[in-house]
Amino acid sequence: MIQFKAVLVRVIKEIIRDKRTLALMLLAPILILTLMNLVFNSNTDTKLKLGVTTSVPHKIIQSLPNSKVSIHHYQNSHNHTQKIQAANLDAFVTRNKNKLEITYENEDPTKSAQVKSLFANALLASNIKELSATLKEMPLQPSTKRTSLNFKIKNSYLYGNSNSTFFDKIFPVLIGFFVFFFVFLISGIALIRERTSGTLDRLLATPIRRSQLVFGYLAGYGLFAILQTLLIVLFAIYILQVEIVGNLFLVLLTNILVALVALVIGLFVSTFANSEFQMMQFIPIIVVPQVFFSGIIPLDTMAHWVKFISYLLPLSYAGDALTDVMIKGQGLNAIAKDWLILLVFLVIFTFLNIVGLKRYRKV
Amino acid sequence: MTDFNYTIASINHASKSFGQKKVLSDITLNIKQGQIIGLIGPSGSGKTTTIKCLLGMEKLDTGSAAIFGEKMPNRQILEKIGYMGQTDALYETLTALENLTFFGNLMGITGAELTAAINKNISLVNLTDSLHQIVAAFSGGMKRRLSLAIALLANPDLIILDEPTVGIDPSLRLDIWTQLRALATIQKAIIVTTHVMDEAEKCDLVGLIINGKIFALGTPNELKKKFNATSIEEVFLKAEVSSK
Repeated sequence: MIQFKAVLVRVIKEIIRDKRTLALMLLAPILILTLMNLVFNSNTDTKLKLGVTTSVPHKIIQSLPNSKVSIHHYQNSHNHTQKIQAANLDAFVTRNKNKLEITYENEDPTKSAQVKSLFANALLASNIKELSATLKEMPLQPSTKRTSLNFKIKNSYLYGNSNSTFFDKIFPVLIGFFVFFFVFLISGIALIRERTSGTLDRLLATPIRRSQLVFGYLAGYGLFAILQTLLIVLFAIYILQVEIVGNLFLVLLTNILVALVALVIGLFVSTFANSEFQMMQFIPIIVVPQVFFSGIIPLDTMAHWVKFISYLLPLSYAGDALTDVMIKGQGLNAIAKDWLILLVFLVIFTFLNIVGLKRYRKV
Repeated sequence: MTDFNYTIASINHASKSFGQKKVLSDITLNIKQGQIIGLIGPSGSGKTTTIKCLLGMEKLDTGSAAIFGEKMPNRQILEKIGYMGQTDALYETLTALENLTFFGNLMGITGAELTAAINKNISLVNLTDSLHQIVAAFSGGMKRRLSLAIALLANPDLIILDEPTVGIDPSLRLDIWTQLRALATIQKAIIVTTHVMDEAEKCDLVGLIINGKIFALGTPNELKKKFNATSIEEVFLKAEVSSK
């Protein structure tokens, strides 16, 4: 117990003394989250720029929503490529008999898709108007009630509200990712330093149990992970105004679990690295792929075997659990399975670390 | 405790390979109470591996190692061994006191006992004034001395020092050897590896390790006689030539 406490106290002191690392752990996630919040929230109200020739029916242009498009009028469609480039248009529309011909700039395919759906809607709307106009003119039997075709849409949302942005969706995953990333990196590097400076040899030349060393590390870095999570979550709620529907306590517990998993994986992986630089080389192999599978990109559409990869990555369970709690407001029942699997990761890698230290001392 | 012949550590017919490379072959050494044994030999000859096998950090392929009569590797025995490796092995962001406290705790010492041990050993290496300084600000010699103080902290009966005087100036080196001799007279056993030949002269026993074998073992005078040399340095050079 003395040994465990000694390791714990030393780890905490070392982190506090290393101001830069501390700042990296605590402030870097906040900086990145703030930037992402700005980036993903600001581009939602940009207008699509459309070039339209006079041959395009007025009706259709009028049924395009004003809030979403800005229309540039042209006499003809000559050199429409230059016109697109000159005015930085997203699409150029002209009419050829009963066909609307649309040329997309397509630098950003999502904008092209938006224009496509806007025109599809516009055509539909103008068709419905014509239809209702003809219906009005039709001689109707007096007994039939006039059915009004003036449908209105009322939107309601299972999760979130009409103001939900992409940032809201990825925020839970991001929290998990930051906790994982920084703890993984810092704990791995800490163990490498122990090895290269010779302190690991000296540690293991004392009667400390290998498990006490690993648990001391877990507790020390675990504490800072809690602090980090608290800071990120509170910052997000009160400064970035992100709404967290579920229980804040569950969010914290999930992140502590994520941090511990990151810690044991970082410690484990560091045994395969001989320097801090080699530890950095594990980032593209171990950390980055987890981002793709953590729920930022929808997995439903992926091939089955690709989905299988996500089952092997701890961050996918973390992302799942955090989304369940923060966006869907679900409770322990929904995330118990994710927690269990994270726990399994934790136990396996803790065990591997304790055994792996045998490399440096045979008992 | 005055029995000079009590064997504290022994390593018998020890062999060890790393992959294809044979690092130790048939090493036999006995270290007795009150003895300073010096291991000399060229770099890569197997001095450090011998020490690591004795401590139980490496496992022997054949042969055995024992400390205080217990077969190594044995975790509990490590409590009675003071070890100082080739690197200083200090936490640079911590103060000298924090380093000492940490390693003292790992050896199982706490409270007043620890404070007393720290005060005693820090003055032994002349670092009392720097106790509260961050280690990163230390000079190379100061780090080495602090490292030595840590090795001696738990008042171990067996002290294993891997090149303890590297980077230490001559007068301090003399001090350290005076200390080691003082420790030996209170019946501690000390194993030292060294490159400095005049240090080897100060040992009770010198083991010359070349290519993983004990090339010669005896008192400095015995070795000098055997190789017809006037100093251990000459012994070393002659041994290196004749082993090729």
